Amino acid sequence: MKHTDYKDVMVFCEQREGRIEKVSKELVSKGRELADNLECCVRALVLGHDMKDDLNELIHLGADEVILVDEKELAVFMTEPYTKAMVQVVLDRKPDVILVGASTIGRDLAPRVSARINTGLTADCTSLEVDEETKNMLMTRPAFGGNIMATIICPEHRPQMSTVRPGVMTLAEPNTDRIGVISKVPVKFETTDMNIEILEVVKETKQKANIEDANVLVSGGRGVGNPDKMKSLESLALRLGGNVSASRAVVDAGWIDRNNQVGQTGKTVRPDLYIACGISGAIQHLAGMEESEFIVAINKDETAPIFDAADLSIVGDVHKIIPELMKILPIHENEQ
Amino acid sequence: MNFELGQEYVLLRKMYRSFAENEVKPLAEEVDEEERFPVETVEKMKRFGFFGIPFPKEYGGAGADNLAYAMAVEELSKVCGTTGVIVSAHTSLCAAPIYEFGTEEQKQKFLVPLAKGEKLGAFGLTEAGAGTDAAGQQTRAVLDGDEWVIDGSKIFITNAGYADTYIVMAMTDKSQGTRGISAFIVDINTPGFSIGKKEKKMGIRGSATCELIFENCRIPKENLLGKVGMGFKIAMKTLDGGRVGIAAQALGLAQGALDETVTYVKERKQFGRSISKFQNTQFQLADMDTRTEAARLLVYKAARYKDAKKSFSNEAAMAKLFASEAAMEVTTKAVQLHGGYGYTREYPVERMMRDAKITEIYEGTSEVQRMVVSANLLK
Amino acid sequence: MNIIVCIKQVPDTTEVRLDPKTGTLIRDGVPSIINPDDKAGLEAALALKDEHGAHVTVLTMGPPQADNALREALAMGADRAILLTDRKFAGADTWATSMTIAAAIRNLDYDLIIAGRQAIDGDTAQVGPQIAEKLNLPQVSYVDDMKKDGDSLILKRVFEDGYHRIKVQMPCLITTLSEMNTARYMSVQGIFDAYREKEVETWTYANIEVEEQHLGLKGSPTRVKKSFTKSVKAPGKKYDVDPQQAAQIILENLKEKYIID
Repeated sequence: MKHTDYKDVMVFCEQREGRIEKVSKELVSKGRELADNLECCVRALVLGHDMKDDLNELIHLGADEVILVDEKELAVFMTEPYTKAMVQVVLDRKPDVILVGASTIGRDLAPRVSARINTGLTADCTSLEVDEETKNMLMTRPAFGGNIMATIICPEHRPQMSTVRPGVMTLAEPNTDRIGVISKVPVKFETTDMNIEILEVVKETKQKANIEDANVLVSGGRGVGNPDKMKSLESLALRLGGNVSASRAVVDAGWIDRNNQVGQTGKTVRPDLYIACGISGAIQHLAGMEESEFIVAINKDETAPIFDAADLSIVGDVHKIIPELMKILPIHENEQ
Repeated sequence: MNFELGQEYVLLRKMYRSFAENEVKPLAEEVDEEERFPVETVEKMKRFGFFGIPFPKEYGGAGADNLAYAMAVEELSKVCGTTGVIVSAHTSLCAAPIYEFGTEEQKQKFLVPLAKGEKLGAFGLTEAGAGTDAAGQQTRAVLDGDEWVIDGSKIFITNAGYADTYIVMAMTDKSQGTRGISAFIVDINTPGFSIGKKEKKMGIRGSATCELIFENCRIPKENLLGKVGMGFKIAMKTLDGGRVGIAAQALGLAQGALDETVTYVKERKQFGRSISKFQNTQFQLADMDTRTEAARLLVYKAARYKDAKKSFSNEAAMAKLFASEAAMEVTTKAVQLHGGYGYTREYPVERMMRDAKITEIYEGTSEVQRMVVSANLLK
Repeated sequence: MNIIVCIKQVPDTTEVRLDPKTGTLIRDGVPSIINPDDKAGLEAALALKDEHGAHVTVLTMGPPQADNALREALAMGADRAILLTDRKFAGADTWATSMTIAAAIRNLDYDLIIAGRQAIDGDTAQVGPQIAEKLNLPQVSYVDDMKKDGDSLILKRVFEDGYHRIKVQMPCLITTLSEMNTARYMSVQGIFDAYREKEVETWTYANIEVEEQHLGLKGSPTRVKKSFTKSVKAPGKKYDVDPQQAAQIILENLKEKYIID
């Protein structure tokens, strides 16, 4: 098959319990941008059963067509039925590009599909562009534990598939004037397709038990002032999906349990985000957190040594800044 | 002469290091502070073969060698001097003499459980009046029918109270001098054998160092190790092997102190920059590293010679002498380079310095090692 | 019960640093390890072996030095080790890699194939599912817990917001998460035996049935057009502003770093 037989950007729209995941809406938005460049359509593929969301929203975000496969076998994600349905649609429609959100579902489904249709798949992309000369996709992604970025191409095979990291592509402003089409496609399943049995479905949003496992730490030092004021750090931690930790001074003062101590005689942590609140930055504390990916330090004292280790230094009062932050930070699912 | 270690040693070191970091290091401070014998660590080490490293599989050992054993003591001592000596005293001073001098029955009965780690070992030579002058044994053993009866006491015995099996030296014929000393295997559960006073020590505070008391202690005559009158020779040969272990402990302490110091000097800032930028700091570190590396070569050579069944007494003495003095020097410099913080218990270097001191004293003082080395030169 | 564990030897990417002068990765002196997700899978296989009895084969596709990773697996308790190595395999993307590994697996008996969810260097999470597809096996990924139930497995499959408890009949393939367990230490005996008593079998292109056009760089649908390091961590910025502005600056930085949406 020649490349010219493949056309359009297909976006796999992941749903859970009948609701479309945010990442898929981000990808429809991005898909629209790519399709405009490639001069083709965006086709949003929804696999599910008894959808609760209004699928027109996908059209408002930029889809020209919503392809809906509504079958009871697709109510809850299982690899084989989803793969079978998606492959059937893809072989029929021959999209040039397929975008899938790099969720735990997307990263299970996309490789299976790509192997079945014998095409290339690029994982966890943080940037998607069109090569002006070849009109091939340029798919950029982190590798080596995030230490390098690689731009990947899939020059000879079609469709060009990629999974895309959630939260990276910008959600478009919905345009309610946009028109599109919702097509229903039937897929027939055999009992052999249902090759796993779901015994139990459990929902839980949990906070990590140990500070060493947390992705985000909001850490308090003596500058927090008193044990009651640690509560505002807890709210911030919950908002960011993380945990509270502390310097030794705070632990010794009894404001928080020793399990939460970061430092030379405490724990060594390397979260994605470490917010040091009212921590001076003594060498014993730095020893426990300086490898954190992104360090934000808030302290009234502009000469505090913590600022030498921080990526973002804010001279100010923690207890004035946290409330302002809480006003503008989006609510986290843990808070519901 | 190949200075590269084979891949199996590289992998062994990786395992030792991972075990030491994850299982031993977190307890080191508490073990020292509370003078607590780390029973839980001993339990874990047992499972992975730490107590029978140089002994053949047929005797319950790991089927490795003395180099592998020295490396284990080194890596454990890097994070905890106490844990290193527990393994060293057990392996070199108790299991090894049974392996080297025991009958087949004795090996099956005593060595196998020791090598498997099911039982812990200890060695009793030193007495109140017999330290460096080891021949001055007062503890006596008299043959009475089918039993030896032991009376006397030992002091400063490592692993005492936690060990099940004790190699004990006693005088069997005073008129023969050193040829009148014999070696015995004594089980902890023998009536007439009890553990006395526990010493409060400067360092290796988690190591149990106690008195052994024998009062009409009767053991089966099969528990004589080697022949009557062979005890002194057994003790001296045993100490040769023990010196490799202690040299490895000293090496580990030196390396551990050096590693901590390198991390600290990079982080610590004075006069607007990291103190690692000052030439004094750099030169001190260079000296510490060079001495530690030299110690390593001497320790590994002694271990290799033992594995090759070559005479290694002189090499062991040199290794123990040099490594223990290097450990004292390196740990002292480590405290100095940490400044005031190094003197506090917040940082591990003061403990390493306290732990290092004993390596210059036990299993033959540095003075004894010098006697061995010079005697070898001047013979 | 026959279990095949696919492992990969990877550089410990948490130890990799950027050279601040050249902006390139410093790979020298970075230790090689068994990929953490794979090691968890190996531990899970060994736990099944301890409890139910099983034969565990470890398999890796890699350069000759991947032998060390296999020795480590043998030292932990694996029974058989196979190194799939050949110049023809080099440069493979996940598609070609899974073709090659699947071809090797077809030479073996198995009830269960375990692969780690993703490697810490490639970070794709694709090879496991692609192998399952090539072998036409049911797959369950993101496994956090596994129990044997006759000729089936009961698995905990993790999602962002919870988990499914799944029953799957063997033969099947699962991908495991490093959080699933704490891998056992190697024993001293295990390490010595791994190097002195045991063998690592080397398989090349000649030992497996696969078309050469599907191998290596030439057989890969995707390829790297370019790679570059992210900019070296710039020295931090300091702000002395009013609380509202401060909050705004923090928010913008968090968005930029993808820490929040």
